[in-house]
Amino acid sequence: MPRPCNALVSLGIRDFEGTIILTTSNLLRAARLACAAMAIAATPHLAAQDRPIAFTGATILPITSEPIEDGTVLIEDGKIVAVGTDLAIPADAEIRDVRGMVIMPGIVDTHSHIGQVQGADRSAPIQPEVRAMDSINPRDFSIERAQAGGVTFANVMPGSGHLMSGQTFYMKLRDGETIEDIAVYDEDGNMLGGMKMANGTNPMGSVQGAPGTRAKSAALVRQTFIEAQEYCAKDEDERETRDLGKEALCEVLAGTRLVHHHTHRADDIMTVLRLQREFGFRLLIQHGMEAGDVAAELSGAGVAVSHILVDAPGGKLEAQNSRITSAADLERAGVLVSLHSDDPIVDSRMMLRQAALAVRGGMTREGALRALTINPALQLGLADRIGSLEPGKDADFIVLNGDPLSIYTLVQETWVEGDLVFDRSDPEDAVFATGGFGSASDGRAAFHHLDAEVLNLENAQ
Amino acid sequence: MNFIAHSKAAFAALALAASPALFAQDVAVRADTLHTMAGDPIADGVVVIEDGVITAVGPAASTPIPNGVRVLSAPVVTPGLIDAHSTVGLAGYLNQDADQDQLERSAPIQPHLRAIDAYNPREALVEWLRGLGVTTLHTGHGPGALVSGQTIVVKTVGNTVEDALMVERAMIAANFGARAYGREGAAPGTRSKQIAMLRGALIKAQGDMASFDADEDEDSPARRDLVNETLQAVLAREVPLMITAWRERDILNALRLAEEFGIEVVIDGAAEAYLVTDQLREAGVTVILHPPRARQFGDLENASFTTAAALRDAGIPFAFQSGFEGYVPKTRVVLWEAAVAAANGLGQQDALAAITIDAARAIGVEDRVGSLEVGKHGDVALFEGDPFETTNRTLGVVIEGVVVSETPR
Repeated sequence: MPRPCNALVSLGIRDFEGTIILTTSNLLRAARLACAAMAIAATPHLAAQDRPIAFTGATILPITSEPIEDGTVLIEDGKIVAVGTDLAIPADAEIRDVRGMVIMPGIVDTHSHIGQVQGADRSAPIQPEVRAMDSINPRDFSIERAQAGGVTFANVMPGSGHLMSGQTFYMKLRDGETIEDIAVYDEDGNMLGGMKMANGTNPMGSVQGAPGTRAKSAALVRQTFIEAQEYCAKDEDERETRDLGKEALCEVLAGTRLVHHHTHRADDIMTVLRLQREFGFRLLIQHGMEAGDVAAELSGAGVAVSHILVDAPGGKLEAQNSRITSAADLERAGVLVSLHSDDPIVDSRMMLRQAALAVRGGMTREGALRALTINPALQLGLADRIGSLEPGKDADFIVLNGDPLSIYTLVQETWVEGDLVFDRSDPEDAVFATGGFGSASDGRAAFHHLDAEVLNLENAQ
Repeated sequence: MNFIAHSKAAFAALALAASPALFAQDVAVRADTLHTMAGDPIADGVVVIEDGVITAVGPAASTPIPNGVRVLSAPVVTPGLIDAHSTVGLAGYLNQDADQDQLERSAPIQPHLRAIDAYNPREALVEWLRGLGVTTLHTGHGPGALVSGQTIVVKTVGNTVEDALMVERAMIAANFGARAYGREGAAPGTRSKQIAMLRGALIKAQGDMASFDADEDEDSPARRDLVNETLQAVLAREVPLMITAWRERDILNALRLAEEFGIEVVIDGAAEAYLVTDQLREAGVTVILHPPRARQFGDLENASFTTAAALRDAGIPFAFQSGFEGYVPKTRVVLWEAAVAAANGLGQQDALAAITIDAARAIGVEDRVGSLEVGKHGDVALFEGDPFETTNRTLGVVIEGVVVSETPR
């Protein structure tokens, strides 16, 4: 659900369409007044689910087990309690009749750039100390669009213009106001994320000190890891000064921080496998447009692929051989494959369509749905928490009005940990599902300032 | 797989390399559902193509297939798809400086740049679109300059532009808004300046036209100016000005310009068209709408998947385009773009019309293509099922009676 001020965007469209076009400043002025009034009535943005909810009558796709017709999903305290037929529904449960709908797990996007994310700054080609979390705007409209597309989890990453562009951020798409609200934590309370790396043409760009060749790219990365090995071998109290970059690389070398490696061309993919063998880091191949051509090698190495399909080849040299059959090739070779958005390359609202495109290219229907859910969860090491509809897992799921692979099917509801974060029947939310006046504008960004003003108003009372 | 080819594979291989005019074969295409786009869909329908032209369309029961004709069949068959505005063939798929011929940056107003001098019929993306069912392409100069050049209409076959050509000078491409500002401080740098410059150029062309009228030797090379000649053709309504206008104010600027100079304009892009439907309808213009999934940033920040439905509801003629893409993917595919609009309020039949007959009308070739009717070109696309379902592949493509693709895509 959008924050209260978002409502003004859609109200603006309905009121002003076809008549005099208000300037942005006029719209904002009108918004400011109504916004203040609405905020008072608004519920807290992180309201915990306070009683069980039973979703009844749906076709349920648990993903890790067979589809269930006319089934029930029971959730409580943000977790899935039970999935099946003839469930005992607690007396105090809220019943949501979703007959005719399809329920499947929320989409896990292993490669996204939502939230205005940044990372390394072009001052050097290798910057492991940089954290995506320090740049992400949790209020950015792109997160609401992703919610509208059924995305409940995203690995939000810096770009690929550096050999190492920083630490990625694992985002739960809750309705949050701060980075802490949308983070994913381990048992010790540490925020989770990976390390973004890249090879091929992108990091050979305009960065200061950037490599000029592929061989130099690999050499720079190897030298960096070798120096980190020396640093990491020392106990923490033996290290003369803290080195933020090397600290992060110690996590990479220890296997606790997954490497998300942008790479396209088959030979570049093989270079990544070579580096992985030398330094032993946990690895997820990102993009891998030519991964289908080295599917056997990837399978043999036990390396997973977070893959992208695009509507046409080209756009850059390394995309000239992209084809929609590559996901199917990876599946046939036994590679653990997920499908990602790389938003904004593919719009987060088109993730179900990505699965359909993979099926067009020969992937199985079941495999394509797994590639949006349990496979990415496995790749990220989070399959005990997300990626399927099973008791004990987070109550992250979507309600669809039809076959997930049909273009005519639209996400009706997106739930994250028991909270309804997207509701198509609410016009305030629906505008993010389609786009429309103000849903992505600078004016929208200005609403964030208005949020602060609303808080001031509330505090003054 | 229901795509059944009854004739020898060797002939198909020959046809793939051939120019349609030389090797048009007689073909019949049979469909469980035949979308003629000239009336309701026909169940178990047949379209017969002889010498590249449609000679019969109707239910299989009452439409005899001549002896010896190759018969193709598929669950769903439509007219060959039409992309109402593209840069494919000029904007090469590798996206390197040397293959980007859709934009010349040396001056802001260059209406004399001809698309026939730049179109590469062998470009990989031409083949890509053809394999998915696109048979007619309105393509040419792109975004990035106030007046970037001319466009052509081509078929997606042929070894030379002459083989492919349907309309040599279809429209003159103009671009309003921030995407057409000059670089590094060069004019135009504002919307006001764009309109001032374009009005100035049209007024100059008007003045020169008036002086030429009095000149006995107006065809003398010494008097000819290609920029003026092209703008004079616009002023004489011989060719429309296609104005890419994303925002509401850019659209209204375009309509105001059309009224001032009495020129024919086609509104292209039109991300905020839903805000000015009354004005668009009153002006009687056609809209070549952006791909629904065009990224909703910058001047397209207010774009919506539902704009096509809003135009339909307002009674404004429109068609879909693939537009221009500066990165990955290098082109969009109108089939898949129309599908998103179909799912967001437009519906299957209106979405299909917007990439067939309505697209043909938008680019002025509805007498030849866009529907399956007797006398029109034998351009047909075959599908596994509803063409808009992403999972349904394109099974085959026929252009003027030649089977140009039978690889499921």
